[in-house]
Amino acid sequence: MGDPLFWHRLQFAFTIIFHYLFPQLTMGLALLIVWLKWRGLKTGEARYDDAARFWIRIFGINFAVGVVTGVPMEFQFGTNWARFSDYSGGVIGQTLGMEGMFAFFLESSFLGLLIWGEKRLGPKRHFYAALALWFGSWLSGYFITATNAFMQNPVGYTVGAKGTIQLASFWGFVLNPWALAQYAHNMMAAVVTASFVMAALGAYWTLKGLHEATARLNLRTGIVAGFAFSILVAFPTGDQQGKLVARHQPAALAAMEGRFESGPRAELNLIGQPNVAARRLDNPVRIPGVLSFIAYGSFSKNVTGLNDIPMDQWPTAIELLYYAFHIMVGLGTLFIALMAAGLLLLWKGRLFTARPMLWALMLAFPFPYIATSAGWMTAELGRQPWLIYGLMRTADGSSATVHTGSAAFTLIGFTGIYFVLGLLFLFLVGREIAHGPAPMKGKEVAHG
Amino acid sequence: MVELWFWLVSVMVAIYVVMDGFDFGAGILHFFVAKTNEERRQVLAAIGPLWDGNEVWLLAGGGSLFLAFPKVLASGFSGFYLAMWLVVWCLMARGISIEFRSHVQDSLWRAFWDAAFAGASMALPILLGAALGNVLRGVPLDANGFFELPLFTNFGTSNPVGILDWYTVLVGVFAFVAIAAHGSLFLAWKTDGPVQARSVALATKLWSAVAVLWVLVGFATDKVNPEVWSALPHRPLGLLFTAVAIGGLALAFYGQVQKRYLRAFLGSGAFILGLLAASAACVYPVMLRSTLTHSLDLTALNSSTEAHGLATGLKWWVLGFPIAIGYVALLFHLHRGKAKAAEEGEGY
Ligand code: HDD
Ligand code: HEM
Ligand code: HEM
Repeated sequence: MGDPLFWHRLQFAFTIIFHYLFPQLTMGLALLIVWLKWRGLKTGEARYDDAARFWIRIFGINFAVGVVTGVPMEFQFGTNWARFSDYSGGVIGQTLGMEGMFAFFLESSFLGLLIWGEKRLGPKRHFYAALALWFGSWLSGYFITATNAFMQNPVGYTVGAKGTIQLASFWGFVLNPWALAQYAHNMMAAVVTASFVMAALGAYWTLKGLHEATARLNLRTGIVAGFAFSILVAFPTGDQQGKLVARHQPAALAAMEGRFESGPRAELNLIGQPNVAARRLDNPVRIPGVLSFIAYGSFSKNVTGLNDIPMDQWPTAIELLYYAFHIMVGLGTLFIALMAAGLLLLWKGRLFTARPMLWALMLAFPFPYIATSAGWMTAELGRQPWLIYGLMRTADGSSATVHTGSAAFTLIGFTGIYFVLGLLFLFLVGREIAHGPAPMKGKEVAHG
Repeated sequence: MVELWFWLVSVMVAIYVVMDGFDFGAGILHFFVAKTNEERRQVLAAIGPLWDGNEVWLLAGGGSLFLAFPKVLASGFSGFYLAMWLVVWCLMARGISIEFRSHVQDSLWRAFWDAAFAGASMALPILLGAALGNVLRGVPLDANGFFELPLFTNFGTSNPVGILDWYTVLVGVFAFVAIAAHGSLFLAWKTDGPVQARSVALATKLWSAVAVLWVLVGFATDKVNPEVWSALPHRPLGLLFTAVAIGGLALAFYGQVQKRYLRAFLGSGAFILGLLAASAACVYPVMLRSTLTHSLDLTALNSSTEAHGLATGLKWWVLGFPIAIGYVALLFHLHRGKAKAAEEGEGY
């Protein structure tokens, strides 16, 4: 605890996980709102626009918190990770700069139009505003994932004259295969979050007997999207992520699975507690061969265990990494099952009266947030001890001139601020839910 | 190429100060020009749709600095660690107060957010002005190009220096008054009724103070860093931008006399832009001055990214900048005319 590195890492982890709670809903909801607005435009039925109007209000509150928690993220590169920024700015400065220029300007300009402009813009242009925000937020997601992907799998760079890294191939860097896979998986996960939130609110209102039309629309949209995207998150995108990790970060894969011995026909561990001191997994429940198959597409392939990897390249928090990964994959499997059951009931026409199912859907909405946070912890803890995989160690990247007293001060400050911010957010969203969907006030002025 | 990027970064930062400056200014004046809830909502309606876009200039400018001069970003941000976080926390408080205030119709709720909005808006120009003061005065850069500064020491300008000393605080106060003056002209332009009348009345006083403080800061800068003034006669761009600043100041006054507040506001924008750009021209190529010895200065030349990265960045910058300007134009166009408080339950 006397080491400032500990505080820098904890602050980054805390602030990014908190930040990411908001953009994941923004990005997922943006897609669902575009869909609702599109249906409203095509069918002319008011229920689509009523539902969209409600979700746009939630979107607005969520977006505001996303913005104010995103700004500190941008600063942390310089304040807390100065040696990393100095070393890698010549490369990752490109994507971070482009994110501001191409995505944030777009998002900030169209946000007000989407939230307050329905009356003024008319249905068609309001739909375009939704489209612009969806595009902006997904673009923003790409630039930031590409930045992160460079840290996972550095490509497109050379080492320059001063010993820092420099851009060698722009397209190589921007179209990093890791970025493409990570982006695909992450965006599917964002839609899962939004679908679960939408379905949960539909279930809540249905159980309470409120706002029937909007509630059913929420349930239907949430379940159909939730089912489709829960599958996409696991296959092909999650599977692809696993294969990349196996190929590029063997130490991370071994730690994610709590695997110490190397060998063919590697088993997938469903349950068990990694015992790092004794180098084994306690109380394992395992399926032979499956890990080999997931990682390399063949049951007989060798999967390297931690025993054959030098200890100075082991991830630094193996236990946490192991649980994070298992929580994500376990929840992912449950999501598919839950949404499949929901879809079946919907198809049979029994969903709106199936109280146990509605209860389950209502209570399920926090779990995608947990899965996404666990997923990012898997990615970031698996990358350790590297800050940029194979190039720079985490211990060499923090700010050399910021001492423990300063770093602890700001982390404590953030803890307080985010606690209050979280309460305010819940309070305001709670009020919106209590208000429920509202028809449009005043008469519509459609021009142009 | 390096010099070009120095200018791109400087211009983005200057645009940031002009743009976010007017909404900071509106925040500083919030309590002074708007007394009733309706009037406060009018102030917020004037800046509500614009503030986030304005702040993106900071993010995009920071991104450009990161790309082109990573060493300067790394050294400056980590060296000013505590001041940086105070700035960020104030930015967060402002954003949240603007966005959350009108969601709840409760007088205590609104009074709280009004105070947070005004308080954060007042602290920010002082902090950012002090940051500019630090850049002009210099910081104790070591041989690795890093430094560590406490928030304050003995308020003197020679080592051991702190972030706040008599000089940087003076620049902070100047920034505070100039930003308030800038905001008063924005509100004079975008509002009507009592809010406009009060903004106009304050503008006259604030701009007189700006003129006086400008002279004062000029003398003080000469005392702390004589190289800035001695460089000026040899820097054509520095002379040009000084002329822009003087012209802007004159226009700001003249526009007020004419009661043409858009004109005055543009003058005030030109004043701030010219002032910052002239400073940049005079200190070039030094980006962070060392108070120990000149050989340790971080300059555009010794801290830049290599040529390929800069050339690549320039390509998308040239594409992105007009788009960003286009969004700004679109936003101002859509929100043209006097700002009005929206119906309860809607708008800012
Ligand atoms: C709703 C959330 C969610 C769900 C259900 C899943 N994931 Fe995931 N996963 C993420 C949300 C996520 C994430 C937050 O989006 C991550 C973090 C980094 C990234 O790109 O995506 C991630 C990362 C991530 C990684 C780490 C990549 C790395 O180390 O860089 C792997 C191997 C997987 N996922 C694999 C899977 C598999 C096989 C799943 C099977 C069900 C799965 N994920 C479900
Ligand atoms: C562009 C996106 C991201 C970048 C550039 C990035 C970068 C970093 C950096 C610099 C650190 C500190 C060094 C370290 O301890 O590894 C870190 C740690 C961490 N990040 Fe990320 N991160 C990104 C996205 C995310 C997201 C979205 C999450 C989660 C929601 C996340 C979770 C974490 C966690 C949990 C740690 C702590 C790891 C540890 O304690 O060792 N990251 N990341
Ligand atoms: C180190 C990592 C990160 C940094 C530096 C960062 C930075 C920021 C900043 C500055 C904003 C506010 C923009 C504005 O003022 O309009 C923001 C918002 C946003 N960020 Fe992040 N971010 C990070 C991680 C992520 C990740 C991993 C994602 C998604 C994959 C993401 C997606 C978004 C989105 C969609 C927004 C829009 C606002 C919202 O949706 O709530 N960010 N981010």
